[in-house]
This record gives sequence, structure tokens and C-alpha cells, in this order.
Amino acid sequence: MEIKTEQYRICYDRETATVSFSGSLRLSGPEEYQPIAQLLADVADGETRKITLNLQQLEFLNSSGISMLSKFIIEVRKKVGVQISVQGSQSIAWQAKSLKNLQRLMPALILELV
Amino acid sequence: MTTDNRLIKMIQTFGNFIEPTPSQEYLIIGFSPSSIPLKQRWRNNGLSADFLADYLTTFYPGNQDDSSALTRQAEIKSAVSYIANELLENAMKFNDENSHYPIDIKLQLEKDGLIFSVANSISPPSVDKFQTYIQKLLACDPSEMYIDQLEKNAADDNCSGSGLGLLTMLNDYSAKMGWKFEIVQKDPEVIAVTTMVQLTV
Repeated sequence: MEIKTEQYRICYDRETATVSFSGSLRLSGPEEYQPIAQLLADVADGETRKITLNLQQLEFLNSSGISMLSKFIIEVRKKVGVQISVQGSQSIAWQAKSLKNLQRLMPALILELV
Repeated sequence: MTTDNRLIKMIQTFGNFIEPTPSQEYLIIGFSPSSIPLKQRWRNNGLSADFLADYLTTFYPGNQDDSSALTRQAEIKSAVSYIANELLENAMKFNDENSHYPIDIKLQLEKDGLIFSVANSISPPSVDKFQTYIQKLLACDPSEMYIDQLEKNAADDNCSGSGLGLLTMLNDYSAKMGWKFEIVQKDPEVIAVTTMVQLTV
């Protein structure tokens, strides 16, 4: 599963159950984020144990994108037994500031900022 | 003649709105909202925000030998890019489509920080709702309201906007915010709102 444009790329590696984001995401709202939200939902439907979101190459994410990711976390939170791990980059400033809020939504979420 | 009965003062301010002292270091970018469709224009939000951020780094030089100065520069650049982008997205989305009032963003350098101010027209019927929201923002604990809004968005399949932009600025960037509402034209009525964000750097 992959979504790719000039600005960003989101792809799913089934073997490692990892969804990787790269580039810059500034879509205008939930409607435009729907294809990405759908990809994440499809991944969650198929995975029963652990999902990793790798954001280390995601240079920019606007608030509508933060909302979309948060919504996904909240959905997974409802699924018993599915673990989420988020990998981010300490050197990407927005991640150092904003990703910890995902942990507040789901305390069991594993957050690694490398 | 306006269709609602509320009494609008010519100018109303909320929160930390200050008339900034004249500055000698600032940028202003102006946009004409009706010149091209929003969808086409959208890419310029990011371009403008990134340009403002990059431009600013000149004033916060990083030293190749000093990693903390480089980190500070990267942080400021990222914060400016994020905040400017959010402010522009809001201005573009909430702009009164019946008005030709221009949108502009101003970024001003101060001794101890930066001041962003974005002005756009806003449809008169939506003023009350927006002012109520502003008052809620000013009274709340941003950290709590942020999580509440995220939970609310997740529960609402039809939510049309995230309502998060201003909250992330308050919560994640510790920004001080203020607003000014002004009647800039009487007949037909045009109301302009200026959103001001102060960032200590």
C-alpha cells in the first residue's frame, strides 16, 4: 500500500508492520487526508499485534495532519491487544514538540525519538 | 443594514493583542483572496511559511562549531514555519468569500521574540461563534482542551475541521495570542480579524 505525490510519500511494509511517512504534509482538512486515513485504517484492520508508524522523514505536518494521526491512535486504542509504536526524529523540531501528545492519548503507545 | 441585532463596537480586542511598536525589521506578504481558487492557492501557504522561516534564520545564526546555536536556529525555523502555515491556513479557510478584503501576514522581529499577525475578513454571522471560541481558549488549560478537542474530532465522523491550529500554537509552542475585530466597511458590512501570535525566542 502506498500513497505518493511530489510532496510526500506514505508506504506500508507488511513484513515489519510499519507505515513510513516522508516529506511534507499540509493537506487542507479531513477530506483531503481521507486517503491516508483509509490506508492507516486498512493497516489496523489487518494487523492484530503491533503497528509501527515511522515518522522520521516527515519534515512537516500541519494541525489537520496531527488531528488525523491522533484519530488513528484513538481508533487503535479501542482494539484490544494491538500495540502502537511511533518512531520520530529528535532533530525535527515539530516532532520533539508535538509527538508526546500522542502518548497522552494512548499511554501504552511507545514513542522513540532518535 | 446588518441582519443581526448585536451591537458591534468598531474595534474589539481579546487576549494579548498589542499594537506593536514600529519595527525596522519585518516582512509583510499580501494575498488577494478572490484572484484564484483556494485549492490552487493552497500551496502558497507552505511556500510563504517556509520562506518566512528561512528568511528569519539570518537573524539567528547557527555556528557550525556550536551545536546548541544550530539547534536553536533549527527550532526557531521550524516554529516559524509551523505557526505561519497554520495562521495562513486559517485565514484562507475562514476568509469572508463575499469580500475582496485582502489577507496579509506580517512577521516582525522584536528584541526578545517574534510577532506574527495575520489579517483577514470574516463573515459577520460567524463573528459571535468565533469570539465565543476565543473566550473559551483564553479561559482554558490549553493542555486539557487540546486533548479534549482531539478526542472530540475522533468521535465525530463529520467534523469538517480540526479546530487544532490555535490550540497547537498555545500548547506546543507556548505562544501568546490575541485578536482584534474591526468593522472596516459599513455597507455592505466587512469585518476584519487580526490574529496575533507572540513567540519568545
